[in-house]
Amino acid sequence: MIVLEKRPQPSRAWSLATPLVAVLATMVFGGLLFAVLGKNPVEAIRIIFYDPLFGEFAFYYRPQLLVKGAPLVLIAIGLSLGFKAGIWNIGAEGQYIIGAITGAGVGLAFYPLEAWYIFPLMVIGGALGGWAWAMIPALLKVRFGTNEILVSLMLVYVAEQLLASMSLGLLKNPDGFGFPGSRNLNDYASANSWISQDAGMHWGVVAAMIAVIFSYILLNRHMLGFHIRLTGEAPRAAKFAGVNPGRLILFCLGASGALAGLAGLFEVAGPTGQISIDFNVGYGFTAIIVAFLGRLHPVGILLAGALMALTYIGGEIAQSQMGLPAAAIQVFQGMLLFFLLAFDILTNYRVRLNTRKVA
Amino acid sequence: MTTPLLSLQGLTKAYPGVIANNNVSFDIGEGEVHALLGENGAGKSTLVKMIYGLVKPDSGQMLLRGQPFAPAEPRAARTDGVAMVFQHFSLFDALNVAENIALGMETPPPMRDLAAKIREVSEAYGLPLDPYRTVGDLSAGERQRVEIIRCLLQDPKLLIMDEPTSVLTPQEVEILFQTLQKLRAEGTSILYISHKLEEIRTLCDHATVLRLGENVGECTPADTTASEMAELMVGSSLKVPERAGKELGDVALDISGLSVPSPSAFGTALKNVHLSVRKGEVLGIGGVAGNGQDELLAVLSGETLTEADAVKLDGQPVGRLGPTQRRKLGLLSAPEERLGHAAAPDMSLTENAMLTGSVREGLETGGFLKWGEAEAFAEKIIKEFDVRTPGPDNAARSLSGGNLQKFVVGREVLQRPGVLVINQPTWGVDASAAASIRQAILDLAAGGAAVVCISQDLDELMEISDRFAALNEGRLSTPRDASGLTVEEIGLMMGGAHGMEVAHV
Repeated sequence: MIVLEKRPQPSRAWSLATPLVAVLATMVFGGLLFAVLGKNPVEAIRIIFYDPLFGEFAFYYRPQLLVKGAPLVLIAIGLSLGFKAGIWNIGAEGQYIIGAITGAGVGLAFYPLEAWYIFPLMVIGGALGGWAWAMIPALLKVRFGTNEILVSLMLVYVAEQLLASMSLGLLKNPDGFGFPGSRNLNDYASANSWISQDAGMHWGVVAAMIAVIFSYILLNRHMLGFHIRLTGEAPRAAKFAGVNPGRLILFCLGASGALAGLAGLFEVAGPTGQISIDFNVGYGFTAIIVAFLGRLHPVGILLAGALMALTYIGGEIAQSQMGLPAAAIQVFQGMLLFFLLAFDILTNYRVRLNTRKVA
Repeated sequence: MTTPLLSLQGLTKAYPGVIANNNVSFDIGEGEVHALLGENGAGKSTLVKMIYGLVKPDSGQMLLRGQPFAPAEPRAARTDGVAMVFQHFSLFDALNVAENIALGMETPPPMRDLAAKIREVSEAYGLPLDPYRTVGDLSAGERQRVEIIRCLLQDPKLLIMDEPTSVLTPQEVEILFQTLQKLRAEGTSILYISHKLEEIRTLCDHATVLRLGENVGECTPADTTASEMAELMVGSSLKVPERAGKELGDVALDISGLSVPSPSAFGTALKNVHLSVRKGEVLGIGGVAGNGQDELLAVLSGETLTEADAVKLDGQPVGRLGPTQRRKLGLLSAPEERLGHAAAPDMSLTENAMLTGSVREGLETGGFLKWGEAEAFAEKIIKEFDVRTPGPDNAARSLSGGNLQKFVVGREVLQRPGVLVINQPTWGVDASAAASIRQAILDLAAGGAAVVCISQDLDELMEISDRFAALNEGRLSTPRDASGLTVEEIGLMMGGAHGMEVAHV
């Protein structure tokens, strides 16, 4: 019989190795999936993992990696704070949408004025929008003990309706010949998050890097971060240490909401350009995978965000070149999280073959 | 002698790091009320779980009426006529009595028949119970009746009762005892687990005493005094040291008229607690587990907030202050549960030193943590309290219980508290470590700190306390000088009828 035996100490080696093992397992089983679908698995894996970085058209795909990776990392960093404390914000997608709406709304309110202060105001607007949206589950949880998982998730759908309403109503481009969607912020210099469009650099990339650094300092060098980790490890001990659980919930949900809102703003002011019905593409949900793939560690999240962006871009190439269904790519990404969580158990447990007979 | 109903032979069960039962043997006769006596952690629960099929013994065997008996699961035990009433009930509040009982049956009869049966059994045994009442509206005593009747419907040969009176009022206890005597008269054997000595003397025919997982003696409770049984349980005669009158300082900690509702369904509400401790004094608080110890500690540590004036530190109201602010003022505490409450299991000792030490040891400036100094503090605790560990980088859960306890106590003691509140300071600690922890507490008091020590170990309390009080159902008896207290008096304060301790003052 196979038994799992709890390790006296979490294994550091496995803690570092599990993401790699999970990626390998995903390649193997994803490859099997592609083979069953009648595609050449080796080629599919090569297209997904190799071509975007070193293939013939890598010059085009590499900037795309930054564009895709930045929002994932930014959102995942925020989520990781709550996840570490056992506070589950599943609704980053909604906060991302609201941040984009409020941030873009601030910018569009100034149109066509050109001024240096517009973009900073939009950044603040985006962060506040995401923060406020996350405060709904936070306050409900603190005040009434509701489940933040459900409330934050449900609010995603509310946010999506709001997004549709905005694209068709309040924020609709008056010069858009009746098409849904707002003015394109890429045509509005003061409200534009691009630093260098050719390199894929926009302020969201910068914000993601800053978030990684701040989160690292917070978690490792600051009392608040220590309390976040403590709450996740042992809630009762955290209370004994003096943590106010309510305040921690407000902080964690608020911070993750604000970062998701920022990601939405940078996205709408750059790569997407406009508020439209199909503005959101699931970054808020994928960021959950990124947060766990990165082991809730800031540097890990940075790497995981890059990896996830790679599978996004590689997946798109595989779709267009090999005709792989989009669902297969999503399954592939889901496998990654599945294997990560499955192998994660090896950090705290070791597998032993038990030959002793059970009495 | 006739074949006993159940014979336990050399039962042994070990969990990682602790032997819960070591070679325990005894017999339960037909129609006998057999007491299983022992302190918390003596291994009573593990033993009955083996009989009820919840836990498999590592070695040893059981014989039921001479036949080998090794239930793989509770269902098998029930089929063989063993029923158990647990300390905590497993009933659905929203369902009525009959529905709850039907849920526990393999093939429940139609509801109307069942209700009639319940009424019949409940009247036969003097446990009046309406089968159609909703369980949520029942008192603890009535809920227990549901559990008992659930067992009686199976017509058991052996009924195991795990501390049945811990949730009952004195009147309900009276009724329960009559029922149990009736059952005995009908030939049902009862294994009665308790540490309330007087109860056992009234009710039980025979008693087996467990200590640290071993059978340390058997006796006939009716012919044995409570203090003799207490000695068997504790392992040495209670020695009450003579104390020279010490010079005590001002009142350091003062609680007056403190009442706190129970934080959870299985918690205990604190009722009108008064206590004051002076500088240099150790107040020992005894009592059976679950009578408000955890709740009292939470009130003092700042985890439970109260009226500002209910808790005063050096005359200053602190009832509204959280743990961090209380630490700043010098009120420190060490909870009973080491893993998960006093310490975070998966965090290193350095991080656990930071957990309570950050304020008084200056391990942070402006919220930024000084890990170097935290590590130095952890090393200091390890060195001064002889914690056996490779180093401060190790996770708290890698330490043995006793070593972690030394760390947790040392962490608070080394922060030079003005008032230290400590729950079960030597719980599960080996004798030499326990002695050094007690010495540290005495040294602390000698240095002018006030100490509140909550413990279930009476020996320990008598050794270190200047004054002694007991918690009973959330009420604290009036503290009395520890010197000159007799075991009987302590017993009355701990578990006796309410108000009886007043007669002795």
